[in-house]
Amino acid sequence: MKKKKSKNFKIGAMITGVMLFFIVVGFFWTPYDPEAMDKANKLAGVSFSHIMGCDNFGRDIFSRVLKGSGTTLLVALGTVAIGTVCGILAGAFTGYYGGIVDEVFMRINDALFAFPSILLGLVFISLVGSGKYNVIIALGIAFIPSFARIVRSEFIRCKNMDYVKSAKLAGAGNLRVMFVHILPNVMTVLSSSIMIGFNNAVLAEAGMSYLGIGVQPPDASLGRMLSEAQTYLFSAPGYALFPGIVLILMVLGFSLLAEGMKESR
Amino acid sequence: MLDVIDLNIEFHDHLVPETVVFDFDLHMEQGEIVGLVGESGSGKSMTALAIAGLLSRHDMEKRGQILFEGKDLLTCERSKLRALQGNDISMIFQEPMTSLNPVYRVGWQVEEALRIHHPEMTDKQRKDRALAVLSDVELEEPERVYHSYPHQLSGGMRQRVMIAAAMICEPKLLIADEPTTALDVTIQAQIVKLLKRINREKRTGILFISHDLSLIRQLCRRVIVMQGGYIVESGPVEEIFLAPKQEYTKKLIGAIPKCEKKAVKREGA
Repeated sequence: MKKKKSKNFKIGAMITGVMLFFIVVGFFWTPYDPEAMDKANKLAGVSFSHIMGCDNFGRDIFSRVLKGSGTTLLVALGTVAIGTVCGILAGAFTGYYGGIVDEVFMRINDALFAFPSILLGLVFISLVGSGKYNVIIALGIAFIPSFARIVRSEFIRCKNMDYVKSAKLAGAGNLRVMFVHILPNVMTVLSSSIMIGFNNAVLAEAGMSYLGIGVQPPDASLGRMLSEAQTYLFSAPGYALFPGIVLILMVLGFSLLAEGMKESR
Repeated sequence: MLDVIDLNIEFHDHLVPETVVFDFDLHMEQGEIVGLVGESGSGKSMTALAIAGLLSRHDMEKRGQILFEGKDLLTCERSKLRALQGNDISMIFQEPMTSLNPVYRVGWQVEEALRIHHPEMTDKQRKDRALAVLSDVELEEPERVYHSYPHQLSGGMRQRVMIAAAMICEPKLLIADEPTTALDVTIQAQIVKLLKRINREKRTGILFISHDLSLIRQLCRRVIVMQGGYIVESGPVEEIFLAPKQEYTKKLIGAIPKCEKKAVKREGA
């Protein structure tokens, strides 16, 4: 069993590490300008000069994939950050204090949770317009309920523990008890949710971009590439395959990493 | 030092309010050890929590007065109450497993009351004080314990750590809510001896709550017997043991296991 544990972690770390490396490199340099159209190379196949081939406008797919993964990563991180921070604040206060505020807040949470994230994103985007940062805010808000719910139930569990009483008896105020004494105990459960949330965020962003409501050109996005590649699925399969595989690897790598971390605890 | 007058505690979270403590009275002088004995559900823990100021839930009504050095703990501002907690009044609990926060090192937790009440102390001063109090509670290798996590210590050691954390600001009143119930018999005796020593050396008043009468007899000067939220009998320990007036007290004394009774007799003789 022990051998299996570290295997997940190692494979996950390797995949994620390689991805991150490419993304960081892509941030500063890509083999070709992702927007540069080269009519002569329309739908060119895999070759030495274009590692992943070209799309229907002659743009280098590899460069676009690099930039696209970077965008996806940024959106996913931003989404999880907003969801986690707001979720922790909401869950902590409602779980710790309870009462009518808790009731009201939880009903709002339930209502928000009932919508699929992409639908909520659609509503939000139609209200404030599309674009990278709007997508982050939209998805971030959609992700708050699940984090808030987990944090809240953990706070409810922990607030009756004796060590909380000990902390109060030492003279700690409520804020200190909540964020210094209880929160670290919540992090163990929360960290696996954060990992899962990250994966969901990656997929949600790709989904929204595929539908056309995610990041807009000139920002590259894996989801948008998939949508554009649909027509050329049989004539130039690389166009759809490469972004698809990169997406899969991103989610897979991170999931394995998360599994590995959970198992080693 | 401590005067509890007519304390009544009522739960209001169900349709019918339920009183769990009726007309509780207590008077404690500085440095006295008073025992509070009763079966489960007799209201002794609730009383202790009320005195410690931990019962500020909104669905509980408390009537009466808890006067600590003149200040009524039930009606004073939260900030005043918090200034007392950890500094003048402290409490230790039954389960050493859950009384310590599993994610922080023991030394950090012992220092917590110091951190809150004496922010002017430097890290080194705090650590020295923590190590001093850890060796006070008869822990060998206080340095190692200071750097350990709770799960690395045994039950008896954890309880000593709890006592250290409670004593670090040298409180005037220490409330001990069944501190020995979760420990085995030999450790129980050690903890009781430790509490006696603390009381002798630091003149700390101790409110010792237990359902173990033999321990109360060893430690306390006075004892209050509770049943169903009422005080059934109270008085000096020897008087209660040798001449119990109430039926319930007689039953409690009679329920002490025989082999312990013999030991008690030998000590008495």
